[in-house]
Amino acid sequence: MMQPEHITIAGFKTLGSRDAYGVALVALGKAYPNLYVLTADCTSSVRAELFAKEFPERLINVGIAEQNLVSIAAGLAIEGKLPFVTGFAMVMSMRACEQVRSDIAYPKLNVKIIGTHSGLSMGPSGTSHHCTEDIAIMRSMANMTVVVPADGLETARAAYAMAAWDGPVYMRLGRSFENTVSDFDYSFELGKAVVVREGSDVTLIACGEAVFSALEAAKILAAENLSSRVLNMHTIKPIDQDAIRRAALETAGIVSVEVHNIFGGLGSAISEVVAEECLCPVRKIGVPDIFAGTGTAELLREKLGITPKAIANAAKTLIELKKSRVR
Amino acid sequence: MLENQDLLISSLELQAKEIRKDLITTFFKGHGGHFGGCLSPIDVLTALYFHTMKIDPKNPKLPDRDRFILSKGHASVGLDCVLSAAGYFPKEWLDKYGSLDAPITTHPDMHRTPGVEMSTGSLGHGICVAVGMALAAKKDNLKHRVFSLIGDGETDEGSVWEAAMTAAHFKLDNLIVITDNNQLSMDGPICDILSLEPLEEKWQSFGWAVRRIDGHNMKEIVDTLDAIPFEPGKPSQIIARTIKGKGLKLAEGLSSWHYGSLSEVDMQKAIRELDGE
Repeated sequence: MMQPEHITIAGFKTLGSRDAYGVALVALGKAYPNLYVLTADCTSSVRAELFAKEFPERLINVGIAEQNLVSIAAGLAIEGKLPFVTGFAMVMSMRACEQVRSDIAYPKLNVKIIGTHSGLSMGPSGTSHHCTEDIAIMRSMANMTVVVPADGLETARAAYAMAAWDGPVYMRLGRSFENTVSDFDYSFELGKAVVVREGSDVTLIACGEAVFSALEAAKILAAENLSSRVLNMHTIKPIDQDAIRRAALETAGIVSVEVHNIFGGLGSAISEVVAEECLCPVRKIGVPDIFAGTGTAELLREKLGITPKAIANAAKTLIELKKSRVR
Repeated sequence: MLENQDLLISSLELQAKEIRKDLITTFFKGHGGHFGGCLSPIDVLTALYFHTMKIDPKNPKLPDRDRFILSKGHASVGLDCVLSAAGYFPKEWLDKYGSLDAPITTHPDMHRTPGVEMSTGSLGHGICVAVGMALAAKKDNLKHRVFSLIGDGETDEGSVWEAAMTAAHFKLDNLIVITDNNQLSMDGPICDILSLEPLEEKWQSFGWAVRRIDGHNMKEIVDTLDAIPFEPGKPSQIIARTIKGKGLKLAEGLSSWHYGSLSEVDMQKAIRELDGE
């Protein structure tokens, strides 16, 4: 069994989520002799070539046929295999959506779906290759766990946790290197948010690559003597309701950050908890329900306002709002 | 030999008739069902479960059993009648059809009904799952077979052809797919909606070994199933020409009986007609 201590900071810190996944797969392949990796003509793009080299018999490439890919995974799972179905996020969540829902989630088969190149990471390729809907789609399926690791190091931890988890899991990965935010000792648990920065004035909750942006925003706020708590909410479902509750009760409000549509993703999930239990203002930073356009991922995030400056401004608005109510 | 074969065929025909009676009764008690598509494949299903497949109804997860996936999931109650006749569960369970969270379902549920390998219902999925199971068997060098029944209307779905290409590519000669070619879908004759012919040539060009049979001629069904795999290294396709609603005279050949309900008078008449054969 691959143990968390084998996932060293030194070993994974310099890898982005996609590359870390590729490395972790090899270790998992050794630990789980029934683990199969399935791809749809994108073995190298999803970094499964290391696994393919080590365990050629356990890499199944079905060609560009994602619906068949997912159903085949169901068949393998019924026969006792542990399928890791890996492809681009937009086809895993949309082209094969019904198969994920009806063949994996509904019968609760132990299949893991990994969507790479998520968010706007495919920048210049345009909307057809962006994926700003996958969190919304996947979390709306019963029996599906949804995890969005923040960096390469956390991806390795998440991959391990996913392999040990009994049931369907969707893991959302990026494309390029994500700045490291997880290089400290914490216990990765599906469903438990990670406090990456302590604070008390306002809370910033982010997932994936946006966690780094939130930490940068916290620095901007600190320079103005404003203290922000930053949470890495890697598991969107089941969401850490406790962490949200505490943020709502203990700070001025929550700014959620994600490279995903503001409808249906992390921000929506947080709003659901807040609305039911512990009202506090929530500002959602994300893709503002438009198709982003073309450009590098960085330029697109700038264009859409998914930046540390925008996050900090939203946080200041919440702090001001609380002050004006208290007066 | 001939005598034994005749006995085999007669007993399978009798079994199929009893299953048709169970189906008609079950749908009557449950106030409706997919008569058309459940009745047409009964002869093929009977041959599979009572002659061809290695199974153990008392041990539905027998490791080296042959597997069957009902890809045309709306024939679920038809499959359930076959499974109960084979002994997977008591016949009384059929009376639960139509009640809340029953073990007899309009579309198969692998967690509720013993003998059901996979939950299906949406067309075009089951055959792909069957490909996955056949692939797993090849990977582990296991000798059991994987059977799947698809509808001819179902063959409109693109994923069916994804499965077809994959099965041929991976040389899955342990996979046998039967098409219930009853020539009708919900809106009418499939030749009017989306023509499939030449269907045999299509499967052949996708790398399958294909045979076409009369899906109600038990001898032809048995002889054909006895010959699988038709060619080593190729998956097998049996296109079974059937009549939608076969066995319920007032429904035979009518697309309007894709889903319907029977009055008590018509149900009793139907049972008598089957007994009179």
